Amino acid sequence: MFADYSSSELLAIFAMQGFAGLSLFSIFVLMALGLAIIFGQMGVINMAHGEFMILGAYMTYLTSNLFEALMPGLYGAYFIVAMVVAFVSAGALGALVEWAMIRRLYHRPLDTLLATWGLSLILQQCYRSIFGAREVGVSLPDWLMGSVAVTDMIEIPINGLFVMVLTLLIAAGVYYLMYRSNWGGQVRAVVQNRPMAGAVGINTGKVDRMTFALGCGIAGVAGSAFTMIGSTGPTSGQLYIVDTFLVVVFGGAASLLGTIASAFTISQAQSTMEFFLSGSMAKVLTLLVVVGILMLRPQGLFSLKIRR
Amino acid sequence: MNALKNNLFKRQDLINYGLLAILLVLILPLTLDIFRLNLVGKYLSYAFVAVGLVLCWGYGGILSLGQGVFFGIGGYAMAMFLKLEASSPEATAIQSTPGIPDFMDWNQLTALPWFWEPFHSLGFTTLAILFVAPLFAFIVAVAMFKRRVGGVYFAIITQAIAAILTILIIGQQGYTGGVNGITDLRTLMGWDIRTDSAKYILYFFCVAMLFACLLLAHLVLKSKLGRLLVAIRDREDRVRFSGYDVSSFKIFVFCFAAMLSAIGGAMFTLQVGFMSPTLVGIVPSIEMVIFCALGGRLSIIGAVYGALLVNAAKTTMSEAFPELWLFAMGALFIGVVLAFPNGLAGLYQTLLQKVKERRAAAAAQKTPATPAIAPRNATSDPEPAQGIGVPSQS
Repeated sequence: MFADYSSSELLAIFAMQGFAGLSLFSIFVLMALGLAIIFGQMGVINMAHGEFMILGAYMTYLTSNLFEALMPGLYGAYFIVAMVVAFVSAGALGALVEWAMIRRLYHRPLDTLLATWGLSLILQQCYRSIFGAREVGVSLPDWLMGSVAVTDMIEIPINGLFVMVLTLLIAAGVYYLMYRSNWGGQVRAVVQNRPMAGAVGINTGKVDRMTFALGCGIAGVAGSAFTMIGSTGPTSGQLYIVDTFLVVVFGGAASLLGTIASAFTISQAQSTMEFFLSGSMAKVLTLLVVVGILMLRPQGLFSLKIRR
Repeated sequence: MNALKNNLFKRQDLINYGLLAILLVLILPLTLDIFRLNLVGKYLSYAFVAVGLVLCWGYGGILSLGQGVFFGIGGYAMAMFLKLEASSPEATAIQSTPGIPDFMDWNQLTALPWFWEPFHSLGFTTLAILFVAPLFAFIVAVAMFKRRVGGVYFAIITQAIAAILTILIIGQQGYTGGVNGITDLRTLMGWDIRTDSAKYILYFFCVAMLFACLLLAHLVLKSKLGRLLVAIRDREDRVRFSGYDVSSFKIFVFCFAAMLSAIGGAMFTLQVGFMSPTLVGIVPSIEMVIFCALGGRLSIIGAVYGALLVNAAKTTMSEAFPELWLFAMGALFIGVVLAFPNGLAGLYQTLLQKVKERRAAAAAQKTPATPAIAPRNATSDPEPAQGIGVPSQS
């Protein structure tokens, strides 16, 4: 399949597809970071994670409409505001869901899967009733338009760069929060031994709620980023849920670095193959390889070495 | 051995099976017109999957989110056979290549792909329905269970497999019929399956197959194997330390569930007359789990009622209030998990228990020596509920 292209063309193709893949990579990382916290740390399988992402996307859409209607002069800044709104709204919904549902199910992980799937159905129908079945899109502010030409064959879109920088910042923030801050220590303590953590004075219920909310909030930010590369519909989130779970599992569920590495591998493989094969075959091949590797190495790429 | 034989069918089991048989063989065919009965037949084809899930999820503790894959394998095998029969050179004379299925012609294929060839034979098709899905399940299960991967990871991997197969089927239109699936199926060995009389016969055939599968599942559960599965689900390590090869039992029950699903898929194709990727993917696979959860994840009969009830509700509600259906389905998922983890069968079981206790109390007044109910280990799950869905007289 490479024979038809010269080597410099191939290089350009790989570079361009690579940068196109970076947008996908950012979405994967943001989705997977939230899931790595919720699933990797708390052991809860949140099938509604995609819907939290879409909530963020709809919030971005609403914010952009609001800015357009009320203060068109500041339209350039809407995206920053939208990310905050998305984070807060998805996080608040996450805290509510944790309080109403998840906290009763920590000892039954497979059942959280079914319950959150039910939640995702309800949320999808809510979006459909509120925003309509048609997909909505936002227009990018001027400063995110256009692209940087590196060579005459390679061009990098600015919004892709922006999203990637944002992703890396958030990833660094999550790393700090989980592994360097006092709060992260509490989260990990609760995960490892709930009664013991409670006994040393950690408010386990509160830690659980905040952790779940944080994971959902990051999914909301992923939704904001998602509006840059695609249009938002009620079921858009469901398309990403399988990939996201695979990203997390492939990276080794408890490892943030693994999550980022596996998101990078999967998105780049998919994006590069998409140029040479049809989109569906690229996806099938990527997923097949990932599932195949997981069968050989079930603990994922980066696993913590712990005795069980 | 003798004790085992006596315990194989308790009186309550026989009553429950009898009630189900009366409902499926007498009440429904006599009260419903053929269109509705055909729908019931379609729901029953999902019941096969739900019964398989009771075995592998309720008893084995293995939650598979990829049962749609096996349902699809069975269904597509059947559909391929029927499609080939419907695309004889005479029937497809207007195509540019007569004798191949119409969707292949639309996709500029000029010859039948090699993997379609064996499906000219009904014998091969039957074998394919019965054994391809278990074989596939075997490969997946060996890879996973031998490495002691289970629980959540297994669910995610099987879900990914369901996603892969759906994308593959939709992407490879020329070979699979794409998103429309394989449609326009007409005859089975020259017998028109679209007539009303054929639909009646197929319905009763489906019911008979379902009872055969229920019987098989019942035998598996009542055997030592069934007890071991429960033991593995509750304390896998202890069973392993007792010297059992845990993974083999898990592999067996997963393959068995896959076979049941494939039979269900074939029944679906026969009765509904098409097969499409919408029955293979993630969404139908998870819905199949809720049939089993609603009926009671520990009751094979409950699973049948679960499949019937959820699908009947789905049809009625999506006809009347299409936008409310997803709310109801979502609420069902959450409600069953939070409020009734043992489903309808659990409710039925508690009801029976109460009746029994009242009777025992009444009997105790006459004869003082009443056999006490055997004490249970407080940590183990309740006795496998063999109840049925609707509360009825005991």
